[in-house]
Amino acid sequence: MPPMSLPASGLLVFVKRDCPTCELVEPVLQRLAATDGATIATQDDPAFPGTVPNRIDDTALEWSFRHGVEVVPTLIRLDGGREVERTIGWDRAEWQRITGHVDLGAALPDLRPGCGSKSVEPGVAERLVVRYGDPGLRSRPIDLGDYDDDIEACYTRGWSDGLPVVPPTDERILRMLAGTHRRPDEIVGRIPPNLVPCTVEKVAINAVLAGCRPEYLPLVLGIVETALEPRFTLHGLLCTTYFSGPIAIVNGPVARRIGMNSGLNALGQGNRANSTITRALNLIVRNVGGGLPGGIDRATLGGPHKVGLCFAEDESDPFWTPLAQSRGVAAGRSAVTLFQGEALQGFFDQGSRTPEELTRSLAMALCAVGHPKVCEMNNAILVLAPEHYGIFRAAGWNRDRIQSELYEALKRPGRDLMKGAGGVGEGMPASRADEMISKFWPEGLLIVRAGGEAGLFSAILGGWTAGRARDQTVPVTRAIDD
Amino acid sequence: MNPAAQRLRDPSGETSALRRARLAPPASLEGRTVALFDIGKGRGDEFIDQLERRFGEHGVKTRRYRKPTNTRVAPVDLLQRISTEADVAVIALSD
Repeated sequence: MPPMSLPASGLLVFVKRDCPTCELVEPVLQRLAATDGATIATQDDPAFPGTVPNRIDDTALEWSFRHGVEVVPTLIRLDGGREVERTIGWDRAEWQRITGHVDLGAALPDLRPGCGSKSVEPGVAERLVVRYGDPGLRSRPIDLGDYDDDIEACYTRGWSDGLPVVPPTDERILRMLAGTHRRPDEIVGRIPPNLVPCTVEKVAINAVLAGCRPEYLPLVLGIVETALEPRFTLHGLLCTTYFSGPIAIVNGPVARRIGMNSGLNALGQGNRANSTITRALNLIVRNVGGGLPGGIDRATLGGPHKVGLCFAEDESDPFWTPLAQSRGVAAGRSAVTLFQGEALQGFFDQGSRTPEELTRSLAMALCAVGHPKVCEMNNAILVLAPEHYGIFRAAGWNRDRIQSELYEALKRPGRDLMKGAGGVGEGMPASRADEMISKFWPEGLLIVRAGGEAGLFSAILGGWTAGRARDQTVPVTRAIDD
Repeated sequence: MNPAAQRLRDPSGETSALRRARLAPPASLEGRTVALFDIGKGRGDEFIDQLERRFGEHGVKTRRYRKPTNTRVAPVDLLQRISTEADVAVIALSD
């Protein structure tokens, strides 16, 4: 039943049955209805309060929304359609002053706090804004027909990476935007390939599509801004025929707060934040920037990481310097490192027991990144799982030691790597035959800790072939305002 | 049904590409300048060297241009220089 129209003048009280203070003041409401014709708007049970005839049904919460009610009971005095007085909860002196009844509620306690209004409950407030207010969204509205399937509609319009997306309704977008203090119309940057200006609102819409929760939004915004730093070369990464896409590694408090996975199956499925955050970036490139596979995205084979690969680093060991700190971010700050790479080359070594053995063993596997005979071409991430890390840890090898020992172990005689050597056409130029050449540039191997406790495993995420443009395209680490 | 649930918002950039007709290719290269544009990928210079030689053999004037890096789009001023200094362009697109 639609609510009755409210009186322009007089007393108006918002209540709900599921509120002990509202039940307490029922005799007061009864008196005000009888003597002043007060109107009682009920949020939950239209039969409450049963002793008051002048009730209106506000279970749709329209009037609660229009009057900005945050607490019940709320007593309002209206005059000519304007609110002139308001009090919340039961405050006898205030109720007596506003109503003009000096003996009102004499038998009640002086003070009782109220309860939260149903109109401001999580999930309700955004719905009321959409239904009765102005959501303030600037993106083009698309109204579906009564019998349209909303998920299919998203596919039809080309908004999906192939997996289902969450339909971006106004309610969901408003809830997402509540995850940041930034204005919806703020421009975050220009998204390649079409260099289209992208607002916080567009980021939020694509975060909804990707399946993000509102608390991920600051991280998604930070990742978008990191990806747009010129030295990350997002445009080139999108265009490449190679396998690479953006991979995000998250450090700091934000990873724990939003429940990211750095442990068992950290690079796999099953954690919402890990699965959706870089997906949001890739959907922004697709939808806002216009970067489509088969269009400007020329990947020969691509890979599943191009849906979105994101994980957190295991920072549980204070002996270990987290990736972000090793790249200049202050301890205690949240940060993201964006890497141009692919997933995933698995590595096991269940026989090496010393750090020297394990270093040589890892070097053998790392040489396979890109092409075994080509050096200084690809970057890589080495993800050390706890049991492999434990071998280094027990010997007192910290990040710097592991990094420098691996760099040395990755050096091989140029003569063995030349084009044609070993009967393989690919390789290093003959001019470097007399050098010892390390597989990566000194800054080209990023080491990260993640994974479950059991398993003498590590993982290698190969990087883009952009190592030949060493100074022009680099992994980027950036502190995140969370 | 809930009408609000059936209103979605456009996640795209809400732009539409301006499609311009291509210039008709010249009937002859006589008296024209050909831009030889190296996008910066491996061995692009070798390809351009070959083209430069072949055009030269036919008496066609050429000018060489190079993007600072293949990983980013060409700077606007470079594109403007090509459009003002040359009549047609050949792009060495990949390695």
